[in-house]
Amino acid sequence: MVSSSSNYPRQLAGLFAKAAPAVISVGLLLLAWELCARYSGIKPTILPAPSRVFAQAMLNREALVDNAIPTIRATLFGFACSLSAAFALSMLVDFFQPLRRALFPVFVISQTLPLVAIAPLVVLWFGFGLMPKVLLVALVTFFPMLVALVQGYEATEAEIGQVLRAMGAGRWRAFVLARLPSALPYFFAGLRISITYAVVGAIFAEYAGAAKGLGIYMLNAKNNFRPDLVLAAVGVSAAVTLVLFGLTVLLQHLAMPWERADRQAQGKGAGR
Amino acid sequence: MSRLELRHVRKAFGGLEVLADISLRVGAGEFVSILGPSGAGKSTLFQLLTGAQHGGGEMFFDGAPLDDHGGHFAFMPQRDALMPWRRILDNVTLGLEVQGVRRKAARARVAPLFAEFGLAGFERHFPAQLSGGMRQRAALLRTVVQERDMLLLDEPFGALDALTRTAMQRWLEQMWRHHRWTALLITHDVREAVFLSDRIYVLSARPAHIVREIKVPLPRPRSLGGDTARQASVEAEILDIILNPEPNPQPPKGYDHD
Repeated sequence: MVSSSSNYPRQLAGLFAKAAPAVISVGLLLLAWELCARYSGIKPTILPAPSRVFAQAMLNREALVDNAIPTIRATLFGFACSLSAAFALSMLVDFFQPLRRALFPVFVISQTLPLVAIAPLVVLWFGFGLMPKVLLVALVTFFPMLVALVQGYEATEAEIGQVLRAMGAGRWRAFVLARLPSALPYFFAGLRISITYAVVGAIFAEYAGAAKGLGIYMLNAKNNFRPDLVLAAVGVSAAVTLVLFGLTVLLQHLAMPWERADRQAQGKGAGR
Repeated sequence: MSRLELRHVRKAFGGLEVLADISLRVGAGEFVSILGPSGAGKSTLFQLLTGAQHGGGEMFFDGAPLDDHGGHFAFMPQRDALMPWRRILDNVTLGLEVQGVRRKAARARVAPLFAEFGLAGFERHFPAQLSGGMRQRAALLRTVVQERDMLLLDEPFGALDALTRTAMQRWLEQMWRHHRWTALLITHDVREAVFLSDRIYVLSARPAHIVREIKVPLPRPRSLGGDTARQASVEAEILDIILNPEPNPQPPKGYDHD
């Protein structure tokens, strides 16, 4: 019934076992690409082999890192802005339900805006600095986070609310004690999705115009007929996204220590 | 002296009449059950008491009209409603925390009760790590430490498997004998009502009114087996009332007599 799983070697082995299929499938994909690029006769300026992409990435690593930093900065700034805004608004919506009906259509429309059209406009209005990137990142991540939070509040078990009310807790107490913690799983699910959107959003904004950044780096590489460097930048952005994604998973693990107990309980299932 | 008294309480949702006419009373230190078929509006009654809903009729507590609902009742729902993100200790002190008791003082108050509730050693566990019966005991502990005047128990063992439920009923009867809580229990389990209660109000199907008030003639302690034959005959009598309702239900009689 109660087991504290502090069996780290076994956990580690389990982690490897879980990661193995992903490693194998990605490895096979790269191998197929490599063989295809080498023996099909397609020119490297059209389809560079992964080995070449990797070699070029190493040669240009300083430029890549130099351009990755503004992208990461824009991503994190924009995401922080959209998170704070989504959190504030989600609380407002939770306390004043009519607001939801008034505001949600606007946000849904904001999600239908094609980035291709909006990114150059935002750059036109706000220049080549950090501002337009932050705005675009916020634009693509705000709504998913807002929806996740609002849904999370509503997932609060009705009987917990009933118990709190009978205890004499007001709406604010009930929000802090029950609705907010109930929303955490939804919040983190939203966070995982949004953080990947955020990187894409930042790169898109840079693509539309920037002094530095992975987006503008890709654009320049493409214009110089260097698909290998475009792909190297893609690799860097994928790595950045993966690291950020991993951070959200780690954060969730730290913020929700009960989650493991929940999972174990569900795993055993029938016993309870 | 009755603590809680309801006079002709009724409640309708839209056009749907849920409670037609409920009059009942609960004395100090008395264990009273409301027994009725599911969907009879039993839980609605608790919602009226805790102030989550408002209806017609009169409600008194210690002779005074019941208006500030927060103060008198400690409520325990069917599912334990433990917060999965709080350790058992922090779940149990929740009510005290809402009352404004400092964390340290609240913990000191509940600590000695863990053994009595069979939860010793599980203070730092999360609810998901406990069995159903333990979770329900934790929920009851959370309810009683609030030290309210009266317990409202809404089918507290309804979600448990049959064996655990029986064990919990025996355990609760034992606990009640020690503490003499004033308690109102909602249930659709005839055996549970007979086993635990001093008196039982039998509710009709919706719109609910009180069909019969039954004083349970069984001596305590009941948890040791007791007079099973008499217990069975009381159960049979109640089942007969519930399953063979009179065609023209009469207004609740047993209200004045005891």
